[in-house]
Amino acid sequence: MAEVAYDSASRIYTGNPPVRAVDQLNLDVADGEFLVLVGPSGSGKSTALRMLAGLEDVDEGAIKIGGKDVTNVPPKGRDIAMVFQSYALYPHMTVAENMGFALKLRGTPKQEIKDKVAEAAKMLDLTKYLDRKPKALSGGQRQRVAMGRAIVREPSVFLMDEPLSNLDAKLRVETRANIAALQQRLGTTTIYVTHDQVEAMTMGHRVAVLKDGLLQQCASPRELYDRPANAFVAGFIGSPAMNLKTVPITAEGAQLDGLTVPLSRASLDKVGGLTEVTFGVRPESLKLAGADEQGMELTVELVEELGADAYVYGSVRIGGTPERFIVRVDGRTPPAFGQTVKVALRDAGEIHLFHPESGARLEA
Amino acid sequence: MTMTLQATAKPVVAAKRGQRSRAASFGLHAVLVVASVIAVFPVFWVLVTSFKPDERAIEPSPQLVNNSSLDNYVDVVSGAEGSFGYWFANSVLIALLTTVIAVFLSATTGYAVSRFRFPGSRPLLVSFLVVQMFPFAVLIVPLFNVLLALGLQGTSIGLVLVYCTTAVPFCTYMLKGYFDTIPTDIDESGRVDGLSPFGVFWRLVLPLARPGLAVTAFYAFLTAWGEVAFASAFLSAEDTSKTLAVGLQVFVQQNRVEWGHLAAASILVAIPAVIVFYLVQRFLVAGLAAGAVKG
Repeated sequence: MAEVAYDSASRIYTGNPPVRAVDQLNLDVADGEFLVLVGPSGSGKSTALRMLAGLEDVDEGAIKIGGKDVTNVPPKGRDIAMVFQSYALYPHMTVAENMGFALKLRGTPKQEIKDKVAEAAKMLDLTKYLDRKPKALSGGQRQRVAMGRAIVREPSVFLMDEPLSNLDAKLRVETRANIAALQQRLGTTTIYVTHDQVEAMTMGHRVAVLKDGLLQQCASPRELYDRPANAFVAGFIGSPAMNLKTVPITAEGAQLDGLTVPLSRASLDKVGGLTEVTFGVRPESLKLAGADEQGMELTVELVEELGADAYVYGSVRIGGTPERFIVRVDGRTPPAFGQTVKVALRDAGEIHLFHPESGARLEA
Repeated sequence: MTMTLQATAKPVVAAKRGQRSRAASFGLHAVLVVASVIAVFPVFWVLVTSFKPDERAIEPSPQLVNNSSLDNYVDVVSGAEGSFGYWFANSVLIALLTTVIAVFLSATTGYAVSRFRFPGSRPLLVSFLVVQMFPFAVLIVPLFNVLLALGLQGTSIGLVLVYCTTAVPFCTYMLKGYFDTIPTDIDESGRVDGLSPFGVFWRLVLPLARPGLAVTAFYAFLTAWGEVAFASAFLSAEDTSKTLAVGLQVFVQQNRVEWGHLAAASILVAIPAVIVFYLVQRFLVAGLAAGAVKG
């Protein structure tokens, strides 16, 4: 068990110009916490994880595990275990040998290795497969062996690099829950990398969103969803994505086509002298309005029916140009393709305002 | 549902993959048999000749058995004709040393080139290719001078070094290609599990590269085992310091060829090569294929 700290850690790839894959990352992970690093590809999340593992150099700043500076310590001195996306099982060893390898290198007595492997195998339902080679296992079983290899070592930190992305959708959801439960039980500090925001939201105690090597926001899933720090986080977290549009602003509020969203005095103060803002509203904060209500005219282009809900994709004209909007509606009475419907804000619907240039959140 | 039922109910008319007509099958096998006979016959005839006395080896009407005996083998092995024991020992020593040194050097070099980015890694690979382009004959004199400067002329270890100059570049290329097929995740996983960089190479990469190692070992062994030009140029002229391939020339004299003894010695020379081939053959296809695709 240990806390982890990134202290202005950077990874710079030489080149012309040099690429800052991870730029001045500051992040404190508490003991026993499950932290998820999430971001689109190329955001530096895997690099950040590999820096912690010691597989990637730290060019600036420092990394600490359990209060100890490990910036220049080789991987084997960091007391970490890593689960790779490809699992990276040793093909020439059996499942039991794979799981016990790190202990064997440490010189743990044979009987103790055997006991620990057996215990982990039981936990992961792998007991039957201990004598098999990895190639004789299914994808899900291999994934569990990779987990088992990490658990057996009882490290102070688990590192997981997209461990579920090679599984099929159903197994992924199942394994997701299993990993979260396992982490809860073991109480080991875990850093988990994924590009899937659903995984991030469901698994993490806290989620750190990265983009272009820069930390955008690190907060609990609820906080991230309710109060995204900037337009990028707002658009990245949530599925389907938040509607983010640049709209003109007046003393009455934000001016959408046929719909004026009134803003609180505090928000208006924050907006200051801006004539335009980036206006964000989640699909579930919108509703179909009655004919006599105020609303935006939306031409339906696509309806995704998910059973309980349906998502209506359509275009609204804002300042003369068509803009796409997504609205969540009742799954049983969705509008038809080509229909024009009126869309308004739900009664308790939340809106988000961001600076049109910097994208920073304007406190609402 | 009905679609699949119909599909399975229909008799299969077209030939399945891997099935061929009787005539095609006959033709194919006929060609294969002829080719096999052409390939195997010379070896077979050497075997037949090896049992015959020298004067019966070449006859107007060749016979399979004609005064055949094991006399030639006895002569060759006992040293009555040539110094077979010395030659054999020299060849085994030189070939094994070449194999061990070449495989070790090319495995470490190949791994470095495959995994690490260092200045000059590309020029290094290119220079390995360029070295392969020089014909043997051109190299004999300069290599002799090098050996002379090192004080290794006429020694076995000198010849081993010379063989390594041909074996190492080729084997490095092969092994680099093979190492490239082993995911680097495995290396990293090993390092996180507590291995040093050399430990990763020794305990994970080498075991996984066994097919590639087998092929390169085989190549290095053959390079040294059957080679004549370098061996006759660089080893001392004493009969006891020759290798097998050079020693066989003893049976071919200006006016007379001892066919029986030559054949018997040839068979004895071939046996170790066959054994090595037998040991590595199950790796050969996998190793050659993997090495060939990349690198």
